[in-house]
Amino acid sequence: MEGLERIVGEHRFFAGLDQEFIDLVTGCCKNVRFEAGQFLLREGEAANQIYLIRHGRVALQISDPARGEIVFQTLGEGEVVGVSWLIPPYRWSHEAKALELVRAISIDAQCLRNKSEVDNRFGYEMMKRFVPVLVERLHTTRMQILDVYGTPS
Amino acid sequence: MSMALPANPVLPPMPSADPMVPHIARVRSVRQDLADVFTLEIALESGEVAPFAPGQFNMLQIFGVGEVPISFSGDPAEQDHLIHTIRAVGPVSKALTELGPGDALGLRGPFGVGWPMAEAAGQDVVIITGGLGLAPLRPALYQLLAERERYGLIVLLYGTRSPEQILYRDELEEWRRRLDMDIVITVDHADTDWRGHVGVVPALIPHATFDPLHSIALVCGPEIMMRYSIMALLDAGLKEDNIWLSMERNMKCAVGFCGHCQVGPVFVCKDGPVFRYDRIRQLLTLKEF
Amino acid sequence: MQAFEKIALTTDGLQALIDALRNEGYRVIGPSVKDQAIIYDDVETLADLPEGWADEQQPGHYRLKRRNDSALFGYAVGPHSWKRFLHPPLMPMWTAKRDGDAIKVEPGPACEEKFAFIGVRACELNAIAIQDKVFLAGPYVDPHYRSRRENSFLVAVNCAEAGGTCFCASMNTGPKAEAGFDLALTEILENGTHIFVVEAGTDAGRKMLEALPGRPATGEEVTAAEDIVARTAKSMGREMPAGNVRDLLMNNLEHPRWDEVAERCLSCANCTMVCPTCFCTSVEDASDLTGNETSRNRRWDSCFTMDFSYVHGGSVRPSTRSRYRQWMTHKLATWHDQFDTSGCVGCGRCITWCPVGIDITEEVRAIKDSGGE
Repeated sequence: MEGLERIVGEHRFFAGLDQEFIDLVTGCCKNVRFEAGQFLLREGEAANQIYLIRHGRVALQISDPARGEIVFQTLGEGEVVGVSWLIPPYRWSHEAKALELVRAISIDAQCLRNKSEVDNRFGYEMMKRFVPVLVERLHTTRMQILDVYGTPS
Repeated sequence: MSMALPANPVLPPMPSADPMVPHIARVRSVRQDLADVFTLEIALESGEVAPFAPGQFNMLQIFGVGEVPISFSGDPAEQDHLIHTIRAVGPVSKALTELGPGDALGLRGPFGVGWPMAEAAGQDVVIITGGLGLAPLRPALYQLLAERERYGLIVLLYGTRSPEQILYRDELEEWRRRLDMDIVITVDHADTDWRGHVGVVPALIPHATFDPLHSIALVCGPEIMMRYSIMALLDAGLKEDNIWLSMERNMKCAVGFCGHCQVGPVFVCKDGPVFRYDRIRQLLTLKEF
Repeated sequence: MQAFEKIALTTDGLQALIDALRNEGYRVIGPSVKDQAIIYDDVETLADLPEGWADEQQPGHYRLKRRNDSALFGYAVGPHSWKRFLHPPLMPMWTAKRDGDAIKVEPGPACEEKFAFIGVRACELNAIAIQDKVFLAGPYVDPHYRSRRENSFLVAVNCAEAGGTCFCASMNTGPKAEAGFDLALTEILENGTHIFVVEAGTDAGRKMLEALPGRPATGEEVTAAEDIVARTAKSMGREMPAGNVRDLLMNNLEHPRWDEVAERCLSCANCTMVCPTCFCTSVEDASDLTGNETSRNRRWDSCFTMDFSYVHGGSVRPSTRSRYRQWMTHKLATWHDQFDTSGCVGCGRCITWCPVGIDITEEVRAIKDSGGE
């Protein structure tokens, strides 16, 4: 557990977090790894885990019968996989697959939500870190749907 | 004694040639890059050498159809031929992409203010581009690599819609093998054959390696991509006077007489197409201006 | 003759001027009545000039009306400006002839004519000086404009009346012709006499004047001429608001007034056609049926057209609002950045010839008065 606390405390996602909150969040964390090709999460499943990537790359994708698996974003070291745990119905809307060996900190989403209910200050510190991820995803997605490289008809 | 009265008016010397009259050029070779994108190698029929600076453009004429501005996309050190990459979007560009070896076209140029190669000396050079925006930057890349020791780190961040739309892919893969430059390519979406980045160019900037206090950024691509990339560059610590971008507007003359290419006070043809960001920052945010 | 000495010419003397210019090979262009307007056309005798005609001008309104004297220059300005000769509305640029595999490009014919303009107003002298900057002072020189300009002879006329839409005084472009002319005339009709007080502005003008049947103007005549112009300066019917118009417009690019004027503007482009400084052009490529002979013409264009700013599948300025704003901010604001001068000379043509009577001075005033700075 001591090693895990150090890993969590040193991850840049939690930079600036008070030690008491690092202890709190560590209680929801565990160290995980995925081999290349393994799925971190699948569409439709309960959004129970959040993954903070420590090493390796992950593809966010959606499957389509005609087009197969379409990758719409890749994420790497320091980035967060999984945002649907933030809001009900806590369900994944797409899938995430390891493109190579991936080491990550897995956070139990239910645990994090419960602790945030109990200690709102802790909850706010978590929101301050997770909401910017959402906003950045939104900006990226907007640029993608604008199809800026497309030829205007 | 009577005073001499002024001649009226004070005239500059008569130009030796009318800048509106085209020269004849011939196509030497054609290469298809993408479904609707072709690269032409052309040379002046007179055999004249035509030096150009990276970032400049020519007006290419299909006789009887029209004329369009196309940036140089070849090596500025090779002066006996001119390379132009053209996407078929309208009648003139389509006709240009249908030319074959030996065919004639009209050519006027070179025109415009190019990339700030002199200012880049001693700096890290961050090149941000997307789609066909790589074409006007390729001459700058050739020059940077030809005199590699003059510059610091060189980073190329390039985005396209999908892996099939990557321009100059062979060349990029060759450059990627070099140890003295970083290339990161991202696409809007891909199937799982693609092992590279999926996402947008601005998102690559925080992860790129360059010293923001000693960098110059050259940006060329769709205007939305340029604006978001510039915001990310500023967030990363670059200053407004270290960011340069290439603008595009309707051009009929390329010499500042027809008025079509104006954006506020600047003529894209003669004050640009490359502009330093601080000069046109306000213009980029004005709608319908 | 002393420099700056003023000469008095009778109407015979004016005819002699026209004759002398024609003898020297000039194509003499002057005001003439045609299609119920005073336009610029070839002039041979004084009978071609608009004797006894005045023009009644208001926003969206132009009528000729009879004067009760025989003034030859008793009008303000008409729909033509001298740019139609120096910067022609339609001009062949080149032809390309294909012969088998070979193509040869031939530049269009050089202008063989040399122009003498009779009746150039002070505002028009300024307009010509402004177009000189556009076509001669930049990194590229327009050879067509240059050759027409090099060979031109300008006979200015000082205004005896302010036109209904004129505002040159507030633009510092008139009514007195100060510079840029070869000769400048002030017409005086008094006590049954009809003379012109003439001064030379260049050596060419002085040489021409010396050969004409004139006599030194008397002190009274010179004073009378000066009074006429001074009176005109005081009787302007409108003015461009004082202050920094450039900054005012550039600081108010989203002012609601632009929406308001857009509701009236028809985007008809009349203002750009009649404006003596508007210079935008486009090119037209043509081909014969075989495709063996192709050519390119240059023609006037207007920023009011929908496809003026067309790029990549759309127009940058698709709304009338944006196009009107482009025209006015270019004319009164960004022109300063480009050419170090205003683009407007206060001739009033855009006000007169706008079908809905939009007044550029009123638009500036509306923005200024509503707290714009």
